[in-house]
Amino acid sequence: MEQFIFSSKTKRLTYILMSFGVIALVYGIFLAVSDVDGAHHSGTRLWTNLLINGFFFMGIAASAMFFFAVNYAAESGWWVVIKRILEAVGSFLPVGSLVLFIVLFAGVAHQHHIWHWMDAEAVAADEVLRGKAPYLNWMFMAARQLIILGAWIFMWTRFRKRSLEEDLGFERNRHFKNVRDAAIFLIIFGYPISTFVPWDWIMSIDAHWFSTLFGWYVFSGLWLSSLVVTTLMVIWLKKQGYMKDVNASHIQDLGKWVFGVSFLWAYLFFSQFMLIWYSNIPEEVTYFQVRFEEYKYLYWSMFFVNFAFPMIALMDRDSKRNFRSLTVIGILIFIGHWVDTYMLITPATMKTHSTIGIVEIGLGLGFLGLFLFVVLNTLTKAPLMAKNHPFFEESVHHEIH
Amino acid sequence: MHKESEIRYPLILGDKNYHQITEDVCAPLEGRANKLWYLAFSIAAVAALWGLGCIMYTIGRGIGVWGLNTTIDWAWDITNFVWWVGIGHAGTLISAVLLLFRQKWRMAINRSAEAMTIFAVMMAALFPGIHMGRIWMAYWVFPIPNQFGSLWVNFNSPLLWDVFAISTYFSVSLVFWYIGLIPDFATVRDRATRKIPKSIYSVLAFGWSGKVKQWIRFEEISLVLAGLATPLVFSVHSIVSMDFATSVIPGWHTTIFPPYFVAGAIFSGFAMVQTLLITARKVVNLESYITRKHIEYMNIVIVITGSMVGIAYLSELFIAWYSGVEFEQYAFLNRATGPYWWAYASMMTCNVIIPLTFFVEKLRKNIVYSWIISIFVNIGMWFERFVIIVTSLHRDYIPSNWTMFHPTFVDIGIFIGTIGIFGVLFLLYARTFPVLALNELKTILKSSGENYKKQQH
Repeated sequence: MEQFIFSSKTKRLTYILMSFGVIALVYGIFLAVSDVDGAHHSGTRLWTNLLINGFFFMGIAASAMFFFAVNYAAESGWWVVIKRILEAVGSFLPVGSLVLFIVLFAGVAHQHHIWHWMDAEAVAADEVLRGKAPYLNWMFMAARQLIILGAWIFMWTRFRKRSLEEDLGFERNRHFKNVRDAAIFLIIFGYPISTFVPWDWIMSIDAHWFSTLFGWYVFSGLWLSSLVVTTLMVIWLKKQGYMKDVNASHIQDLGKWVFGVSFLWAYLFFSQFMLIWYSNIPEEVTYFQVRFEEYKYLYWSMFFVNFAFPMIALMDRDSKRNFRSLTVIGILIFIGHWVDTYMLITPATMKTHSTIGIVEIGLGLGFLGLFLFVVLNTLTKAPLMAKNHPFFEESVHHEIH
Repeated sequence: MHKESEIRYPLILGDKNYHQITEDVCAPLEGRANKLWYLAFSIAAVAALWGLGCIMYTIGRGIGVWGLNTTIDWAWDITNFVWWVGIGHAGTLISAVLLLFRQKWRMAINRSAEAMTIFAVMMAALFPGIHMGRIWMAYWVFPIPNQFGSLWVNFNSPLLWDVFAISTYFSVSLVFWYIGLIPDFATVRDRATRKIPKSIYSVLAFGWSGKVKQWIRFEEISLVLAGLATPLVFSVHSIVSMDFATSVIPGWHTTIFPPYFVAGAIFSGFAMVQTLLITARKVVNLESYITRKHIEYMNIVIVITGSMVGIAYLSELFIAWYSGVEFEQYAFLNRATGPYWWAYASMMTCNVIIPLTFFVEKLRKNIVYSWIISIFVNIGMWFERFVIIVTSLHRDYIPSNWTMFHPTFVDIGIFIGTIGIFGVLFLLYARTFPVLALNELKTILKSSGENYKKQQH
């Protein structure tokens, strides 16, 4: 049985990344406490970054589970050799959710004003926010998010338990229970990820703004990021000498998914942007105005890296089969989607006062370290190959002609 | 080495061999049509003639003969247009997207789905044409030099984008369909005994001889076309949705429209494929190829896309309230409870509630039930477009303009007529084209045929 060993060298790397995070956190707290400009911008900045990273990595974990469930429900065969990676990535879900709830309750305790609608005085003075109050109030938000994220975590533990049981021997019934649960998961994931999860955590920051497509757009970015993470992890593990059963065809298929979902993301970006730009309705267009005017270069480079770049770079078959090119492209897209998440949140919370400095980069790297630590730790707990999965043989002999 | 797990269902039932597949698929082409076919053809032809009559009448008298008025200046015409374009989505999804996803079950259904796509897009294209009033000026939709007239098209208009999107989609679908047909035409040609059919199929088969090199090229071009056609599956209905969503009319302007229209199009397209194929498999004895499992897979696509459409309906409804915009709120309240509540209720029932029953395995495996649901979805998706278009328009900003839409016999006649023309084309196709991709089907016989699967395990 092939088993992943979390080497001390790799561990050290995650510790270094996490220590960047701690330094950035301490520095952020220092800035927040000293509050130089007297307008709480540094405090907002710190919490904004916790929200960005909490949401981004929670979303990656949840989307890995989504991909897991899609493959079960669609009876797909090729993916079985990477099944354990998806399980491991999914294991970050509780940690990411915890971070989100910390940010939420800090807001409730008035430690920050990321969610404008949590401010009772502001709501009382604002007719639109008063109208939204039955939905936008912290208790309802906490309750629905607790149920949604709790249900996802519960499903992860079920999938994981059955997956480990399957290592002891194949049972037809168990497999079909997984297929059924995958369908259930697609429902309890699909509905909230395209609605309440992005609406509550992100869209409601721009408390007056609304867009029906917002959830789909956010989800496509998270899904893509999780595919990139999976691809990079598979390549890294292969370089370490693990996962002999993964061949170039699997890597190419992962590359195809990254390529395809990049298009999906760009399509949804364009749909949302173009319709708002074309109609030019004041209530809606403000969202893009602040992003175009204050964040012009970052915003458009983000779009370029996340759309044109994968389109051009991953079009070629060889670039999807070559580990080195796929790694470079993957890392760039990963950064691009982190910036996309940054762009979803920061212009709304920081308005014109944003910067990218120690807090942003440090916390980003810190979360990456924490994420890798949790994921790799989960990976050690089970064999890398789910050998008793009924499609395991299909996957091992997978070949694209 | 190719492996297939034993828990996968066979896709070709019974004790079939290569020759048997050819025999089964070519039988309807070589035999005589039965009474049922003639009956169906007569009904379709009568409807088609009635429709053609109404179209002539419209062209002769002008579109004043429709039920349009100054408030509701778009109604059944555009409803039918969007409905038909939507139906035309399943074909390319099955042939292109499912090819990229290596879905073997597509081979039994792709040919007919593509044929349906082409006929449906033709029906769709008819509506903007006759809506122009002067159909002989129809070529003005293209950006043509001023010698043809001084009217230059408006590139800012999504209606013009439609012209490009739909004509591209139609051409690519046609090419895709035709390339897939070439090897099968060759088979029909080689089997033909009478002189005229043989010479016709010879021309159609482009001299295909079944060499390995030809097959390699065939597979390559299929993949390339699939790659080109996949974005088209998205673009066409996205642009159709932009006919509405780029406006500032409450109920029309919402960002979710493009992907939601695409999901709805696939939803309605699969429903139509289901309606046609469940019928066809019985009439031309193809139960061994279009199996219960195929129907179940299509039902799964229907329930997924139906759920996406459902999320979109509810998101729109919720965000209309959440937005705090009075006009948006009213538009949706009026949809659900206003004078057209029955249309909204039909849409919700047929598109959201009824397809959810497919989550029950027993029901989605039931063939008769699947056929009935597919009819419901066809109806529901027509109502969806009607709801979006007519209920959003019938309450203008000025209450004195508020009105209702009453279709005239011409509106009804043209709609029924397009169903008739579509039926005529499909029935003719079923008698003259191999309705299954028989040569491609042979490639999965040894991995997914019931008899071979039994031998292996």
